[in-house]
Amino acid sequence: MAALAACLFAIGTYLLLQRKLSRIIVGLALLSHGANVLFVNSGRRGIPPLIGSGDPADFADPMPQALVLTAIVISFGTTALLLALAYRSWLLTSDDEVADDVEDRMVGARGFGDDVEVTDETLLVDEAEMHEFETHEFETREFETRELES
Amino acid sequence: MRVLLPLPVVLPLIGAALSIRAGRSRVIQRVISLSVLTAVVGVAVAILIAVDDDGVVSTQAGDWYAPVGISLVADRFSAIMLVTASFVLLAVVVYAIGQPGAERNHVGFQSVYLILAAGVSAAFLTGDMFNLFVAIEMMLTASYVLITLGGRLDQVRSGMTYVVISLAASVLFLVALALTYAATGTVNMADLSVKIAELPSGLRSGLAGLFLVVFGIKAGIFPLFFWLPDSYPTAPSPVTAIFAGLLTKVGVYAIIRTQTLLFPDVLPTWLVMVVAGTTMAVGVLGAIAQDDVKRILSFLIISSIGFMIMGMALFTVAGIAAAVFYMVHQIVLKTGLFLAGGLIEHAGGSSRLSRLGGMVRTAPVVAVLFFVAAMSLAGMPPMLGFAAKFSLIDSTAVSRQWWILGVAIVVSFLTLFSVAKIWIGVFWAASDDEQARPDDAVALAARNAPVMMLAPTALVVAATVVLGVMAGPVYDYCFRAAADLIDPTHYVSVVLGGGG
Repeated sequence: MAALAACLFAIGTYLLLQRKLSRIIVGLALLSHGANVLFVNSGRRGIPPLIGSGDPADFADPMPQALVLTAIVISFGTTALLLALAYRSWLLTSDDEVADDVEDRMVGARGFGDDVEVTDETLLVDEAEMHEFETHEFETREFETRELES
Repeated sequence: MRVLLPLPVVLPLIGAALSIRAGRSRVIQRVISLSVLTAVVGVAVAILIAVDDDGVVSTQAGDWYAPVGISLVADRFSAIMLVTASFVLLAVVVYAIGQPGAERNHVGFQSVYLILAAGVSAAFLTGDMFNLFVAIEMMLTASYVLITLGGRLDQVRSGMTYVVISLAASVLFLVALALTYAATGTVNMADLSVKIAELPSGLRSGLAGLFLVVFGIKAGIFPLFFWLPDSYPTAPSPVTAIFAGLLTKVGVYAIIRTQTLLFPDVLPTWLVMVVAGTTMAVGVLGAIAQDDVKRILSFLIISSIGFMIMGMALFTVAGIAAAVFYMVHQIVLKTGLFLAGGLIEHAGGSSRLSRLGGMVRTAPVVAVLFFVAAMSLAGMPPMLGFAAKFSLIDSTAVSRQWWILGVAIVVSFLTLFSVAKIWIGVFWAASDDEQARPDDAVALAARNAPVMMLAPTALVVAATVVLGVMAGPVYDYCFRAAADLIDPTHYVSVVLGGGG
């Protein structure tokens, strides 16, 4: 069982580090399964804990099972939400990739331009990125208005 | 008294259910939210007074006794967090109602917001590690919805990062809980504090480190903060304000609670100190590099988390008292700053420094509100920020941790620099863009913020000034709370004794 949990963790972590959203979601689902398997194993083993079916000392510990049940429900809910988000992202970009943070890139590019020499070329890149950002912002605005109208 | 304890959790949940039922009428939804959150403020104040007079109060759901049942516990620390949190929750919901835009017209906003409120209250009141997991999940799931409510491209992109990081942290939390349960056979905090002390020291430090990482991701401490300044600024202003004020502080609350109650003196002080120092420094340096009001403020959240961890790392009564005091201050202040940031965005049409300017003339009220909040953040007397920062610095000096004291002071100056950058960029500088500067009276009137937005911001900012003037009693209270945290025998005996 411990080996199973370890396998789930390993595959889950690998998938989590991919750039495709669908793989990330599957990775997270596997990771939470791994955690659940680990949790179920943290209690004492034994016969099913039904009152009157045997000596209470032989019972399996019901506590981790109850806790894991809650955890499964939570991970089910969040995975569903994540799938909805990924679908929304696919609708907006028609792409499954995780997008870069434009603002972050802009700050990065600016710092680079200040540090090194500010040549025309770096400025051009900056401008181009600025432009890209602005059109991007405009497009989202437009999308929003369309959304509101519909 | 014990009957009051579940109310801050149950009332918002009932309110959320009613709010979904009343989905057709925005007015009824707003009335539900306002009345529920007002009631929670009242209950929280009642709990605070009772706990300060009579000590820890605890109740067991369904009358199952402590190590098995679901305990709700209020001590002085959780009571003051609850009061502060419910106060800002109420102020922000008023602001959200006042703000024009698609978000407030979304049918689910009020009910999701109430679920967030319930999650925050539950996280502060729970006496059980697994319930803390459930409470944090409740709060985070509500926050996933709130952060992506508009469904815009940038929101989905940054929301995705936020959700994935938070879920990975939750999985890690579950693993930490599983290992703790396997080692001790319980998840009740009071029970754990007794049983963990009997474990071998290697196992104890492992568990302590695991919990520090888990809550560190939620709180945004140094190397685990990267998701925060990316995701917070894209949400609508009231949502960002409540996230900034509360979500990270729930993480800090969990860190302080676990490290004092479960793992006292397990992690080496220097390690926590280094984490605190780098969090402070990296946060403020990140803030200096940014060009957007909300992003600067987001990086300053990280910096302030460092100060709280520093207070906790001292592990003296004065240090933890200062950390608690600073947390109260930061919850109120960061909410106020982000609300003021929302007002800037509303009045100027953007939150980018390069596009704003001259707002000291066009929006003088916003300028005053932002100035007071910013000076409080930088730690200028007579604001609350001064008292909070002074108590932190003082306790660090008493503990003779000189290098972190130096880092803290330098970071404070840099904080002043970064808020001055916002001040100059937004309020003083001439605007680059002629359109963003409405000189004629008509345009000015059109851009004036609604009273429903101004009033809660003013209320929150005024609270930092009032608390600053009454810093003495508040600090005394925090000192008593810290004394309880350092010596949890009373807490343990009340919870395991089946309630007081």
